[in-house]
Amino acid sequence: MSHLLEVKDLEVKFALRFGDLTAINGVSLTLDKGERLGIVGESGAGKSVTGFAIINLLSKPGYISAGRVLLEGQELNRLPEEDMRKIRGNRISMIFQDPMMTLNPVLTIKTQMIETILAHANVSKTEATDIALDKLKKVHIPSSEKRIHQYPHECSGGMRQRIVVAIALLTNPALIIADEPTTALDVTIQAEIMDLLQELCASEKMGLILITHDLGVVSQVTERIAVMYAGKIAEIGPTQVVIHDPQHPYTQGLIKALPGSLQPGSRLNQIPGMMPTLTDIPPGCAFHPRCTISDTICRMEVPALISRHDHDHMIACHVVK
Amino acid sequence: MENDNSLLAVNNLVKHFDISGGLLEQLRWKNGRIVRRKTTVKALNDISFSIMPREILGVVGESGCGKSTLARAVLGLYPPDSGEINYQSSRIDNLTPHQMLPFRKKMQMIFQDPYASLNPRMTVKRTLEEPFLFHNKSATPTEVKDKVEEVMQQVGVEPSWITRYPHEFSGGQRQRISIARALMVDPEFIVADEPVSALDVSIQAQILNLLMEAQEKRGLTYLFITHDLSVVEHFSTRVAVMYLGKICELAATSELFESPRHPYTQALLSAIPELGRQKPTHIKLKGEVPTPIELPAGCVFHGRCLYTDERCIREVPQLISLNSGVEVACHAVEENRI
Repeated sequence: MSHLLEVKDLEVKFALRFGDLTAINGVSLTLDKGERLGIVGESGAGKSVTGFAIINLLSKPGYISAGRVLLEGQELNRLPEEDMRKIRGNRISMIFQDPMMTLNPVLTIKTQMIETILAHANVSKTEATDIALDKLKKVHIPSSEKRIHQYPHECSGGMRQRIVVAIALLTNPALIIADEPTTALDVTIQAEIMDLLQELCASEKMGLILITHDLGVVSQVTERIAVMYAGKIAEIGPTQVVIHDPQHPYTQGLIKALPGSLQPGSRLNQIPGMMPTLTDIPPGCAFHPRCTISDTICRMEVPALISRHDHDHMIACHVVK
Repeated sequence: MENDNSLLAVNNLVKHFDISGGLLEQLRWKNGRIVRRKTTVKALNDISFSIMPREILGVVGESGCGKSTLARAVLGLYPPDSGEINYQSSRIDNLTPHQMLPFRKKMQMIFQDPYASLNPRMTVKRTLEEPFLFHNKSATPTEVKDKVEEVMQQVGVEPSWITRYPHEFSGGQRQRISIARALMVDPEFIVADEPVSALDVSIQAQILNLLMEAQEKRGLTYLFITHDLSVVEHFSTRVAVMYLGKICELAATSELFESPRHPYTQALLSAIPELGRQKPTHIKLKGEVPTPIELPAGCVFHGRCLYTDERCIREVPQLISLNSGVEVACHAVEENRI
């Protein structure tokens, strides 16, 4: 029970007029102190919903219908909203994709940072300013004394995302959930932000959940990867193992579909079809209509996530065992 | 640079956008006097390149470097401020819309966002028929129907879905329909502006394969704009790297990826996250991209470059050809300092 975060059989549903849609269907994962876990998958796989469920920020009509989320042994999904607010933004912080949308455009950076500190800690405004400046320095913002008085529109995209990271750090959280933190940024800036996150996880002993669709980014930053497909984990394991020796046909397909490993100009290996929408997830293994090695059992039975020889590496597939 | 066999040749293209607004917004108080000041975004500054028939020229660069402006300027969607665009040796940048018509049929465009580029109130049938009928006024209904069916089959969209509306399709299928619309008039030259950036990896592979197939079957020439370097490496024959409205390096794809010459290209390539490479050893650039409103003097990259010297601050480097066929705009490369 020494895990920082433990997610057990998490199930998230969206209550709609014509019935409930299952967005997350039995996701289990753990994260230790200072560990970096990547959640990858295509749009609609349930990556972001998993992130939101962990921080208990699902907006209606979404709700956690089953399972448990434990942070340092405390069950988050049963907490009353009042208590959850003390944890959210304090023990767990979240970083979103678009820094322009995350920051309030009519408040200075200082106001936004101090607001967060005062909400969670009993300190004076001067002390709060000192904390804010300290965190801005941690994310390498040059001339932070000047920057702190500026408005978000005066900063570039990369700078804004650093400020968002600094705000996430204000309360020294134990866990940071980063949902596509660099998708809106250029590659050179992306590399800087990723370096920064990695550095901070090591120095502050923070756990990181990195949600992204970019396998390249995930393979560089994280220690473990969970590959999601249609609301379930298809494969989870140490990053290097999953990338170099993927077992699930979907993971294999994803990695092979990337240009880069092939002779330039040759046909890319495509996965036929597309991810099913939540309204018509196929019975059995959700991937079977697109799978090249599917069997009769795949159409009938949902495969369980079982570990291979290596305890850490788990896959959900009937055919590959 | 000058080549008579080229399909498209762009010479010294310049495009600036005036963003200063109305007269009152242009007035500033300066040293006790009111002065009028214009603000312009310098999107393209002296761009020259040519594309050979059947070639795929990839254009890469970070956001705001002028990639998309270049795409639109080449097709005449933005009139250039100065410079020339030649298509098969005839100048097209100064034509009237009517004179441009025969060229429009040969040049088509595919846009980034398949949700925004298809008219939501038009069925697939109407979307595809419109460009064909516009350019073939005398076409009979059977010809139109056959053409639509043929093209839909080619892009892998079920022809019986012809009466559906865009919202009934997924992102990947919409992008197939956009490609079909471009292919309807049998173009020779296609400008694709980030055609796969809005799509998921598995769908991205499908669309890239489709574009490659169309290129082989129809002998198409592409100007392929993207920010994704791994896509460019796989897809294009030559690559132009842009920074702040300038081409800083232009080379054959394998040459560029194996031995990048320009310091910016080197930094850009080193920042690509590669599968399974645990320890990134990317080149860290100083600072951030300056705004294209106030361009730095001299080399536009000098403020962030690791090899800047006095000449770079003073003098704008020109694109020079090295013996390997690589074109680079860098004083340091020219002087063998790198």
